[in-house]
Amino acid sequence: MAGKPRLHYFNGRGRMETVRWLLAAAGVEFEEQFFETRDEFEKLIQGGTLMFEQVPMVEIDGMNLVETRAILRYIAAKYDLYGRNLKEQAWIDMYVEGLKDLSDMIMYFPLSLPEEKDMNLEYILERATSRFFPVYEKALRNHGQDFLVGNRLSWADIQLLEVILMAEECKPSVLSDFPLLQEFKARISHIPTINKFLQPGSQRKPPLDEESIKTVKNIFKFERGMFLKNMATIVAEY
Amino acid sequence: MAAKPKLYYFRGRGRMESIRWLLAAAGVEFDEVFLEKKEQFEKLEKDGRLLFGQVPLVEMDGMMLTQTRAILSYLAAKYNLYGKDLKERVRIDMYVDGTMDLMMMIMLTPFKPPEEKEENLALIVKKAKARYLPVFEKILKDHGEDFLVGNKFSWADVQLIEAILMMEEINASILSDFPLLKAFKTRISSIPTIKKFLQPGSQRKQPPDQHYVDTVKHVLQL
Repeated sequence: MAGKPRLHYFNGRGRMETVRWLLAAAGVEFEEQFFETRDEFEKLIQGGTLMFEQVPMVEIDGMNLVETRAILRYIAAKYDLYGRNLKEQAWIDMYVEGLKDLSDMIMYFPLSLPEEKDMNLEYILERATSRFFPVYEKALRNHGQDFLVGNRLSWADIQLLEVILMAEECKPSVLSDFPLLQEFKARISHIPTINKFLQPGSQRKPPLDEESIKTVKNIFKFERGMFLKNMATIVAEY
Repeated sequence: MAAKPKLYYFRGRGRMESIRWLLAAAGVEFDEVFLEKKEQFEKLEKDGRLLFGQVPLVEMDGMMLTQTRAILSYLAAKYNLYGKDLKERVRIDMYVDGTMDLMMMIMLTPFKPPEEKEENLALIVKKAKARYLPVFEKILKDHGEDFLVGNKFSWADVQLIEAILMMEEINASILSDFPLLKAFKTRISSIPTIKKFLQPGSQRKQPPDQHYVDTVKHVLQL
């Protein structure tokens, strides 16, 4: 019998969190192997299981999967969260790529230089409410269905809920102009597997705090001002 | 009869180039609309054709497809370049994502401060030789087949050859330690659709120059 998937990452959200969400939503139990120091990370690299010397890495079905998108696509397809045909899949892909852009900004935010924190936060919230959330609000309004694509739960719904909750951690009232997203949030949160994942004691990770920011910076050797470079990267992403 | 896919982008490589490669490799003819003025971009936005206000945009099969990877996945699946099952598909996804990480570094270089150019290019070459090329050399060595996945031509092969050619533009001898990749490059270049795309007069675009950078900045108001 196949073992449970095993996730290799640090003990925090980062790029692995969406993988945790997707597995949890699919009702799949998984194990986690955390590295906590630069040395432990290097040991993992030496071990030769990281194809491009990077994490996330997920051991699943006899494979060592790397590259977040590749991992998410595999899980979505395997657990029937990827639409029923190629067109639905394309819509799911477009929606989740948009969500990734927003969630990357939020993910990198704790690495902001102190004097740039306010400006970065304002930028993130402006993007969330003027570029990203309107797209999803409109999608729901246009078809009037409960889910983003194909009238059934998919990867896109799960990741949208994840990103809504992350954005609310930045500003609790961020959905105030988006009534359909508010209903969506309540509805998707009530799905039993997702509801379970939202309970204390699940494998869902908290946002970074002072301590964990230091750990992350040590492990991945982030330079100062990396977030601003990334912001610039995101803006000039064409 | 279905219309040809129509690509909306700047007259240059950027994020659209991989899409051009994949369509060409699949033998699919396509039309292009080149963005040269900001008013064209603003019109696309106003007409609601850009889901997140961004290009690339590909109109095909009655859809306005945006988000580069969404477009590439759609094309790969539609034109049978995505493996025969989920396990082959995930390998293709891993290989193309790794390759595209490397290509992204190259793509962003012209938009960074000129004084950083030397350093950036040196880093790209270093990463290519230490992190990426060895992986693909080993894959080819381990299975001894002509193509990266499933003994059959796939998106992964197209992405890799595009990346190899881009890197050779930066460093002509970048494959000197990778004999199997050299052979791979020759082999894939001879595939008729690819060979055609590599001829002058095809829709393949030139490396970015200052005019390209200026156009992008003007159109997107950066």
